[in-house]
Amino acid sequence: MHESVRRFSRAERLVHQTTLALMVVCLTTAAAIYFGPIAAAIGRRHVVATVHEWSGILLPAPFLLGLLSRALRLDVRRLNRFTRTDGRWLLGVVRRIPHHHEVSGKFNAGQKVFAAWLAGAIVVMVVTGLLLWFKFSLSGVPRAGVIAVHDILAFAIAVALAGHAYKALTSISR
Amino acid sequence: MTDQVEPDDAGRPIGRRIVLGTIAAGLAGLFVAPTLQEKWSDLLGAASQRDPTGLSGLLPNPGGFRYFSVAGSVPEKDASTYKLTIDGLVAKPTSYTLPQLTELPQSRVTHDVVCTDGWQVDQVPFVGVRLSELLDAAGVQPDAKAVRFTCFDGVYSESLTMEQARRPDVLVAVQMLDQPIPHISGGPVRLFVGPMYFYKSAKWLSGITVTDEVVPGYWEKYGYPVDGWLPGEEPAGA
Repeated sequence: MHESVRRFSRAERLVHQTTLALMVVCLTTAAAIYFGPIAAAIGRRHVVATVHEWSGILLPAPFLLGLLSRALRLDVRRLNRFTRTDGRWLLGVVRRIPHHHEVSGKFNAGQKVFAAWLAGAIVVMVVTGLLLWFKFSLSGVPRAGVIAVHDILAFAIAVALAGHAYKALTSISR
Repeated sequence: MTDQVEPDDAGRPIGRRIVLGTIAAGLAGLFVAPTLQEKWSDLLGAASQRDPTGLSGLLPNPGGFRYFSVAGSVPEKDASTYKLTIDGLVAKPTSYTLPQLTELPQSRVTHDVVCTDGWQVDQVPFVGVRLSELLDAAGVQPDAKAVRFTCFDGVYSESLTMEQARRPDVLVAVQMLDQPIPHISGGPVRLFVGPMYFYKSAKWLSGITVTDEVVPGYWEKYGYPVDGWLPGEEPAGA
C-alpha cells in the first residue's frame, strides 16, 4: 500500500545535487592538500588549491539561489522549528531508546540538528577559508587560530557527512 | 512517512540558534585554539615518530610546523650517513659530513617561519653554517650566477641567486629551536633562508651546485616565485 512520496521539489533536488558535487570536490581537494601521501600522488598542488578555494566559496551558492524556491523556504522553516516531540526524539537518542517513529512533521530532530549545524559550519569554513586565501592580517585574529578552526571543522564536517550519507543510504523511507 | 504529529509551525526556532551557536563557537575557536594547539601538535609529533602505520598523519595537526613532503617517503640520515656535496662552478668541489659541518663556525638566525599555505611560527632560531662561508671555501668561479639545492628525498630542489645566497641570514642549518633538526623537520641538515617563504628553505639538503643561471626549484615549476621574499623583506631595488 506504500506509494512513493515525493519529499522534495525539483528545485530542492537541484540544490542538493549541486551542493553535494561542490562538497565532494572541496573535500577531495582538501584531502589532497592536507595529506602528504595524497599530495605526493596527485601533485599539481597549485591547481588543487585553486579548485579547493573555488569549490569552497561556491558551496553556499546553490542554497542561497534555492531560497527563491518556495518549497525550499518552507522546508527551511520546518527544519528550524523544534517541537516537544523533537525534544523526546533527541532524548531518546541520548538514552539509546529508539524513538525514531516520533517525528514532528517532515523531518526528525536529527535531521534538523544536522541541517542547522552544517549551515553554521559552512559559514565558519567560508569565513576562515577566505582569511587563509587572501592572507588578511586582521589585528587580533591569531592566524594559528584560523588554521586550527578551519582544520578541525573540516574533520568534523567529513565525519558528519559520512553519517549523513550512511543514514540516507540505509534508510527505507526515501 | 508523512503523518503529521504536530503542525510544522509549532515549536521553537531552535534550528536558527544552532546555526548561530555554531558560528559563534567557530569564531570563539579562533581565539581559544592557539592555546590548545601547541600541546596537540606536540602530542601528534611524538606519536607520529613511533607510529609505523602513519595513521597519526590523518589527524588534524593545526599550528606549529606542518609536515610536508613532495616525496612519498624520505630516507633517514644521521651523523654517520649524511653527506653534503658542493659542486658545479667551484674551484674545489667538496663534501661535508655532519660532524664536519658542526665543527665549522656557527651562525644563528632567528626569524619568523611563514609558509605560503598560511601557517606561521614566530621567531624560530636556526643555527648552522652561513652558506656564503661554504661557497667561499669551495671557491666560486667568476661566471657563477646562482646556486641550486638538491635534497636526499630525491625530489625536491630549490635555488637562489648568488646575491641572495651570500646574505648573512641564509644558513645551512644543523639546529632548529636549539635542537638538532629532527628528520620530520628536514634534518639533519636543511637550508634556512630567513627572509623568504619557507618553501625556499629546502629540507633534507644534500647537494649545493653553483650554476651560471637560476634553475627553478620544485615549486617554482608550479608557478611559485623564484624570489620568494616575505612581504616587506624585499631588499631595496629588488
